[in-house]
Amino acid sequence: MSLATPAKPAVWKRLPVVHQLRQSVGLQRGMLVAGLVITGIFIFVAIFAPLLAPYGYSTLRDEDGTFGAQQPPGGKHLLGTTVGGYDVLSRVLWGAQTALSVIVVAVLLSIFIGVLLGLISGYIGGWLDRVIIVIADAVYAFPTLLLAIVAAIAISGGQSSLWGGVFAAAVSITVVFIPQYLRVIRAETVRIKAEAYVESAKVIGSGTGRIMFRHVLRNATRTLPLIFTLNSSEAILTLAGLGFLGFGIEPTSAAEWGYDLNKSISDVTSGIWWTSVFPGLAIVLVVLGITLVGESLNDLADPRLRTKRRADGGPSTTAETTVVPGGSLDDVPSIEALEGRV
Amino acid sequence: MNNVLQIDKLKVTFATDAGDMVAVNDVSLAVAAGEVVAIVGESGSGKTVTAKTILGLLPDTAVSRGAVLLGENNVIALSGARLRGIRGTDVAMVFQEPSTALNPVHTVGWQIAEGLRAHGKYSKKEARAKAIDILRKVGIPDPESRVDYYPHQFSGGQKQRVVIAMALVLEPGLIVADEPTTALDVTVQAEILDLLRRVRDEFGTAILLITHNMGVVADLADRVVVMYQGDVVEEATAIELFARPQDPYTQKLLASVPRLGTGSERAAERASARVGELAAPVVVAENLVIEYPGRLGRSGFRAVDGVSFTISPGEVLGLVGESGSGKTTIGRAIGGLTKITGGSLQVLGHEMLGIKERAFKPVRSDIGFVFQDPASSFNPLLTIAQAVAEPLIVHKRAKDAASARTRVDELLEAVQLPKAFGDRYPHELSGGQRQRASLARSLALEPSLLIADEPTSALDVSVQARVLELFAELQKEFGFAALFISHDLAVVDMLADRIAVLYHGELVEEGPGSQVLGAPQHPYTQRLLASLPVPDPIEQAERREALRVLKEAD
Repeated sequence: MSLATPAKPAVWKRLPVVHQLRQSVGLQRGMLVAGLVITGIFIFVAIFAPLLAPYGYSTLRDEDGTFGAQQPPGGKHLLGTTVGGYDVLSRVLWGAQTALSVIVVAVLLSIFIGVLLGLISGYIGGWLDRVIIVIADAVYAFPTLLLAIVAAIAISGGQSSLWGGVFAAAVSITVVFIPQYLRVIRAETVRIKAEAYVESAKVIGSGTGRIMFRHVLRNATRTLPLIFTLNSSEAILTLAGLGFLGFGIEPTSAAEWGYDLNKSISDVTSGIWWTSVFPGLAIVLVVLGITLVGESLNDLADPRLRTKRRADGGPSTTAETTVVPGGSLDDVPSIEALEGRV
Repeated sequence: MNNVLQIDKLKVTFATDAGDMVAVNDVSLAVAAGEVVAIVGESGSGKTVTAKTILGLLPDTAVSRGAVLLGENNVIALSGARLRGIRGTDVAMVFQEPSTALNPVHTVGWQIAEGLRAHGKYSKKEARAKAIDILRKVGIPDPESRVDYYPHQFSGGQKQRVVIAMALVLEPGLIVADEPTTALDVTVQAEILDLLRRVRDEFGTAILLITHNMGVVADLADRVVVMYQGDVVEEATAIELFARPQDPYTQKLLASVPRLGTGSERAAERASARVGELAAPVVVAENLVIEYPGRLGRSGFRAVDGVSFTISPGEVLGLVGESGSGKTTIGRAIGGLTKITGGSLQVLGHEMLGIKERAFKPVRSDIGFVFQDPASSFNPLLTIAQAVAEPLIVHKRAKDAASARTRVDELLEAVQLPKAFGDRYPHELSGGQRQRASLARSLALEPSLLIADEPTSALDVSVQARVLELFAELQKEFGFAALFISHDLAVVDMLADRIAVLYHGELVEEGPGSQVLGAPQHPYTQRLLASLPVPDPIEQAERREALRVLKEAD
């Protein structure tokens, strides 16, 4: 609103997450930073797992022979070995890679379909909208995990491979996520449809397609980063859940935290803690990190929830850039200039 | 000293994303018992923040310095419990929007009693008796049964009466009324102003009136404080201020207020220039009916009922009416945004009854539309130049925004915006500038018909004056016919050749401005005219008397 336009900050400062980080203060900033750090470590580990992990995810032996099952932490195996004889540390690190690929595939698959359907459903409305919403609600009412199991069986066909497992998890998650994106984009679209700028596009004779993509879509996507992060953490949980139930990826194809947890159930009662704690911790931390980022973005996006630096009541640097059309008091005689009449 | 309120060197600072912002800077004022003091100012002048400080209603992000003395209490220094103690008993507030100030799930009687219960022990019966009593005093008919009504069962004006009743029930020494009539129609506004005057006379309550409407100030205030950008620029008695404004800002503000009777001369001049040419009218409405469909099993709502009018080429028709009169609906129907259900509406030779969007699309290039709210009528992600180029691109006069730039610059120049503004985003422009850009966009295809739906009602008076002037200039230059929709008679008078008055979906009066405003025939037009407060306390007192006579004659 202010007349004196503040100089535009550099491009990198206006990037989605960076912008919010600069905007935040206090506890909210702490949450966001913690979330970003955890998520950053997760992505780093996922990308560099082959370099970081001491062994491969399916390695059972080195030149000294087999690792041995259920070795306690220490020595060659920093975090011990599992009941199947795998190195726990390597499995946890490699698991990040599987988790990340599931997130990427699931979100990529669902975001495009969900956004497009939401846009059409919200803008065109009528019976089409009702049909789409009924289907979405039906899918929504279906238990996620059950759907995921069905998808996992259908896709992998009983065979277990890395990409088969990843896609099984991702597709099943996609099916559940599409309604979420659809709902959010539809709600935004319905709101934006009533805005005067959409009507003004209509009265100048713009076609439906042009209005939808030029005027509605770009304004409707603001909440996407938020659902994106929240859905990512849900994707990890679903993947882990699938693995835990035995529908995940076999240890020979990829490392998967849920599978490791499943295999460690019997260890818990016999006092072998390291096989379950580390994969479990990995799941909790990654979900926590991503959720923290998502929740912080959510709070920061809403000016009512966003905490601000407390005003000190001292002299202000922005006193002259007020919201008053017409400029400061000193400018009264030259109000023409401010109103752009020169 | 019998000041009920004494504000001393108040300074309020808000924390925003862009750093601290001073909303109120060194304001001092006093309100004596039984006095009506008005704080006037345009948006952003800090008048509402000042009012909220008096009740301790500022959000956490605000820091206030100075002193606000209510009797002996310094509100700024008070803690929560003490603050609650003085709210309602020492000072009460009347809000701008009566429909949101009342809780829809409780009866009005309960809400009035709520204030009583917060400050003492009342039995149910006593509280109810008191609520009935106060409702009667604020002029709600049949208060014994209306006390059990829910807010939605009252009209807007009655709701505001209930809000005033809630403020009055504990007999506070001071009522802070923040734009109490802004959301109301002129005829209702006159009644509420009457009520506030009576409140002062009968209860001896001092009133701090926050408003941007100079007519309201002239009608009610004893003393006026003019605020600009957080500072008090002038303080004087109402009569003194309107007669001899001292500060240049006050002078400018008063000069910008549209006054009745200024437009008839101009209209006559234009009419004489147009004489002889009798081209086919651009818009012909005959028995136009527009209904909004009702819910299943219920009949629809008839927003426009049998309205007939014409707009000739190059003519400006002013459409005046209060909220719910159907004026906006007619504008939208001409622009093809609302379907008509009966009668006939011909726009540029096309019959709108049952027209298909495809058949109407080519006509759209000949119709411009200016919307009420400049804040939302621009896509926030497009620059002004891109937005103005949109109609050119859609109608294939230009390939893209860049190739349309020369034309866009011409248009911006025509609405007196610097070319460089084309590269700005809508939020970087002020309301008046945005409304000019909106004019530029609607004129991009050189339409022969322009529909302006309350184009200035969201703007401050000084900005409004500019935009209206510009509109008149552009109309003269481009020669388009226009439908100018407004609730403000004075604004319509400045621009329109002919004025049509709508009341409950029906056209009650239509004719040249001088006739409709000078010698109104229909009782509604007469009442509408008499209710409009003029920015002159002495003249307004006479008009008030005339309105009273008119009402008694009814």
